[in-house]
Amino acid sequence: MKNAVYNPRDWDSQPPYAHPPYRSTDLRSPKQPLVPLAQSLSELTGPVYGHRHVNALDADLTRNGIVNGEPLGERIIVAGQVLDEGGRPVPDTLVEIWQANAAGRYIHVGDQHDAPLDPNFFGGGRFVTDASGHYRFTTVKPGAYPWGNHDNAWRPAHIHFSLFGPAFITRLVTQMYFPGDPLLELDPIFQATADAAARNLLVADFSIDLTEPGFALGYHFDIVLRGRDATPLED
Amino acid sequence: MRRQTPSQTIGPFFAYAMTPTAYGRTGIASNRLTTEATPGQHIRIVGRVFDGAGTGVGDAVVEIWQADATGRYHHPEDDRGALPTESDFSGFGRTDTQPDGRFSFETIKPGAIGSREAPHINVIVMARGMLLHAFTRIYFADEARANAEDRVLSTVPAGRRDTLIAQPLDNAGASFQFDIRLQGDGETVFFDA
Repeated sequence: MKNAVYNPRDWDSQPPYAHPPYRSTDLRSPKQPLVPLAQSLSELTGPVYGHRHVNALDADLTRNGIVNGEPLGERIIVAGQVLDEGGRPVPDTLVEIWQANAAGRYIHVGDQHDAPLDPNFFGGGRFVTDASGHYRFTTVKPGAYPWGNHDNAWRPAHIHFSLFGPAFITRLVTQMYFPGDPLLELDPIFQATADAAARNLLVADFSIDLTEPGFALGYHFDIVLRGRDATPLED
Repeated sequence: MRRQTPSQTIGPFFAYAMTPTAYGRTGIASNRLTTEATPGQHIRIVGRVFDGAGTGVGDAVVEIWQADATGRYHHPEDDRGALPTESDFSGFGRTDTQPDGRFSFETIKPGAIGSREAPHINVIVMARGMLLHAFTRIYFADEARANAEDRVLSTVPAGRRDTLIAQPLDNAGASFQFDIRLQGDGETVFFDA
């Protein structure tokens, strides 16, 4: 596949820049049309991170912030596979996550929500996918929290994901949600992708197979990055 | 075909994981791409991210990806010769913005990648209020001849090209200014990459 170009961003799946129900897009959405860019080495290459950039504790958020005890909350396993659009695994790619604690509070200094911080929960993790594109985190289920977007607005429980994939243009920053959350239909960020089938790719599946007896519930969440077909690079 | 996972905003609370220096942790990258030993012309890029009202965006992330001083990317897809060692120059930088939208990078000026490609740095911008990241590029004002021949700049409407060109802040070529305007007057050119 060397020097084949990547498929374009799928605008039926990707949200628009301007989405008025999410008010913060009002002044932060480009208004000029995007300028088409023919892919070159600048787009087909990208940052390379490997297994030496992470350690085992990075994937266990129930342990990587411990000060004097275990974090509170419902322990969960979040695991899945990073794939491209052709269903090919994306191996050896860095996955970074961050989330609120079980009470719905981030450790971030700017989070002023009146919910308790957990001294034993940091909320950040990293994993480099294995040869078959799989990743796996242990964490606690994040809480929902209020925000100022509209009257009585609450973000559904979510975990932020950041991935590179093999190239600069396969970069993806997204959020994973939990099945059955009644806040999803009220959330303008989740709803920004109009196509329900695409939107629902952001909702993890409960998995009894990933659930560890006596320890933690399991959630399965696959992530699909832009793939490349056989169209060769020009020049 | 599987469908692409939709992008979602990075939100306001990423710093402790993505740019965590202030939290006593080490991130995977920072705004310093160089050591004293890094070959090439060392430069500092400073700028601000602005919203459509001209207000600095204090919770943005700027990521840069660039070739080394010889114009080679540290990536297996760039097979035009032996790769530099990883300790040398990774080519990737990441920073958050200050409350007034300011950011800076310590890096080297990249070499030209090929014919009709002026030296440039690839940029991703993301922030609360951006549901998906935006792609742009940094070119350099002191490369006027190469810029005039660059195959990407030539596709950009002439009146908007200057939004992609970093301006020197001194005569030594040591520092450049590159502001990013997400919207409105002088809106930065963003690419459908």
